[in-house]
Amino acid sequence: MRRTLSMVVNDQPGVLSRIAGLFTRRGYNIESLTVGTAEQPGLSRMTISTTGDEAELEQIIKQVEKLIDVISVVSIGEDALVARELMLIKVSASAPARSEINGIVEPFRASIVDVAHSSLIIQATGDTDKNDALVELLRPYGIIEIARTGVTALIRGQLVSA
Amino acid sequence: MSSLEKETTRAAQQAARGFIGGDLLVESLKTEGVDTIFGYPGGANLWIYDALYLSDINHILVRHEQGAIHGAQGYSRASGKVGVVLSTSGPGATNLVTGIADAYMDSTPLVVLTGQVAVAGIGKDTFQEADVMGITMPITKHSYQVRDPRDIPRVVREAFYIARTGRPGPVLIDLPKNVTGEVLPAGEDYFSNSTMKIHGYQPRFEPNALDVDRLREAIKQAKKPILYIGGGIISSGCSELITRFARETRIPVTSTLMGLGSFPPDDPLYLGMLGMHGTYTANKAVFESDLLIACGVRFDDRVCGKLERFAPNSLKAHLDIDPAEIGKNVAIQYPVVGDVGRSLALLLEDVPVPDCSEWLSKLQKLHAEVPLTYTKQPGILKPQEVLEMLQAATGGQAIVTTEVGQHQMWAAHYYKPVSPRKFITSGGAGTMGYGFPAAMGAAIAKPDQTVVCVAGDASFQMNIQELQTIFERNIPVKVFVINNRYLGMVRQWQELLHGERYAESRIGGPDFAKVAEAYGVLGLRAENAEEAQAAVAKALSHQGPVVVDFIVAEGENVFPMVLPGRGSDEMMLADRWSE
Ligand SMILES: Cc1ncc(C[n+]2csc(CCOP(=O)(O)OP(=O)(O)O)c2C)c(N)n1
Repeated sequence: MRRTLSMVVNDQPGVLSRIAGLFTRRGYNIESLTVGTAEQPGLSRMTISTTGDEAELEQIIKQVEKLIDVISVVSIGEDALVARELMLIKVSASAPARSEINGIVEPFRASIVDVAHSSLIIQATGDTDKNDALVELLRPYGIIEIARTGVTALIRGQLVSA
Repeated sequence: MSSLEKETTRAAQQAARGFIGGDLLVESLKTEGVDTIFGYPGGANLWIYDALYLSDINHILVRHEQGAIHGAQGYSRASGKVGVVLSTSGPGATNLVTGIADAYMDSTPLVVLTGQVAVAGIGKDTFQEADVMGITMPITKHSYQVRDPRDIPRVVREAFYIARTGRPGPVLIDLPKNVTGEVLPAGEDYFSNSTMKIHGYQPRFEPNALDVDRLREAIKQAKKPILYIGGGIISSGCSELITRFARETRIPVTSTLMGLGSFPPDDPLYLGMLGMHGTYTANKAVFESDLLIACGVRFDDRVCGKLERFAPNSLKAHLDIDPAEIGKNVAIQYPVVGDVGRSLALLLEDVPVPDCSEWLSKLQKLHAEVPLTYTKQPGILKPQEVLEMLQAATGGQAIVTTEVGQHQMWAAHYYKPVSPRKFITSGGAGTMGYGFPAAMGAAIAKPDQTVVCVAGDASFQMNIQELQTIFERNIPVKVFVINNRYLGMVRQWQELLHGERYAESRIGGPDFAKVAEAYGVLGLRAENAEEAQAAVAKALSHQGPVVVDFIVAEGENVFPMVLPGRGSDEMMLADRWSE
């Protein structure tokens, strides 16, 4: 089962180590981790996507909640979530391939953000599956480099994540 | 110097050098009621020592930082107060690591103060720099590095609050040298800024009433209930409540190693310790129970053995202050998160009385039929005999600390502490070298009580240097060395599980009585039962510290034993397997 943990933490040195260290020590899995400032000064929002069975996820949440620098944790299922990841892909692109690549990029609402003599950089935003699909479609052209931020997320609707 | 003279001199010195971060620290510690610090000086904490100089805090100068932290642990476990330890940076701080890990495992409240190199030197591999926060993150409840002396009062207040509330544990404060040495302008109120800022920390004291009601109903239905109690009863201070609860419900009781002393040992409801070296009846009762009521425990593997065979037919209730303990190792049907004493008080408001008298009498009969046993041998002193003598001489009234190994288990079997905080041992970490300095700390916390350290000959050698500390300060610890010339517990495992291949478990030691004498401490030696009897009497009546070297049988084993990987119903008794 994959879950996304959305947590609000103190913006303090060492917080990332505490949380990452806890996951390592207890053998929990981190698929992706993003962190950035939250709505209140002094606080950060950290989003971790992880996998495990029901009991394991419950333990993860309780152990994370025990950290003094963690203000709140919620675990969100895929459907209740707006989850987005930013991805940059550098792909080989000879002049004739460019219009083809344009045709692939467009339906993904991705954009070309850098054009060089024989390569392009494409910027895409979406959930992980959508970004994976785009990578597969671009693969035949020759992918030179990929950089992905990992997922960040908020709960849909009125509810707040913390 | 009289205390007035000290105060005057101190004030004059402070006026000359200015009011520094270190002074702020010492004042903050006093605000928390600290009367004793175990420590060792070095370059990075010298300003703290400067501030401690002539202060009325009792500083115990140890001979190794590990002795300081186990001393602080013993002090805390005997008194219920937060233990305080102070080291310098780098090696001073890393020497504390074992004690921090031990305190974390056994939920002992400590505030650990470590000197650190000046902020400008941090990250530059400065002389005696070590990333102590990083090293100790997984073994502290929380930690701080102070960058501005003005934060000291708040950080100290938070650290003590975090250490002693909820599930207690060690909190570390790393103090860079320039922070403790900074001269602060006079005339400001540095303490007005001590409001705590820990929104992420809200330990839950009050249990959910519905959870308590559900448990109450389950208890009424039970035919074979058992109370499995542990160190949480002592942390919560609810040994009277658990005793009342057991007596009013007539539910039998078994305790973990950490819980010893929290239930009256001679009560007919008491079945003794459970687990790897638990009593036959306690383990049998847990195995056959239909409702296991776990109070302030953590389902440790040394208690449970093979999980699939741990209380396989029972429903399980777990009363604990730490929500993360619920369901960590064993599935729980009746969780009650909150202070265990508070939860018991709520249950007692309307006591559920199960129909379990048949169960109880069956267990009591079994307990009488299969007691703890060992065989005496004329002319040879058996280790268990020494513990029986200690029990007979003290009536369970003394504070006993232990080292780690066979002697620890025999102490747990034969010494019967009559109240909480009288049995102090390293349970979760099993740290050899813990017991002797812990005894020193306990004796400082409880100067009017007899304190005995039951030690193995190997464990004692791990922190034997503290003999100098107890000599200088005349701390009247009685060390009973159960000397079997072996790493006895290791030897036992090799005998039973490694085909008698005794690799490196035979271990030499000095003449402990002579070593004691060399430090100025009374040393005694006993080689048979008569000498042992006399030595126990002499040691306990001696005013100061004493070491007794009891030369005991070499090959004795601890029984009962649940072999690793086995179920708690499969026990090796002294001479046979249980059926
Ligand atoms: C610091 C440390 N190192 C190693 C061990 C492993 N160990 C557990 S019991 C034991 C033997 C202890 O020997 P001794 O103190 O003589 O006690 P005995 O078992 O003989 O009573 C050892 C080596 C430990 N628990 N702690």
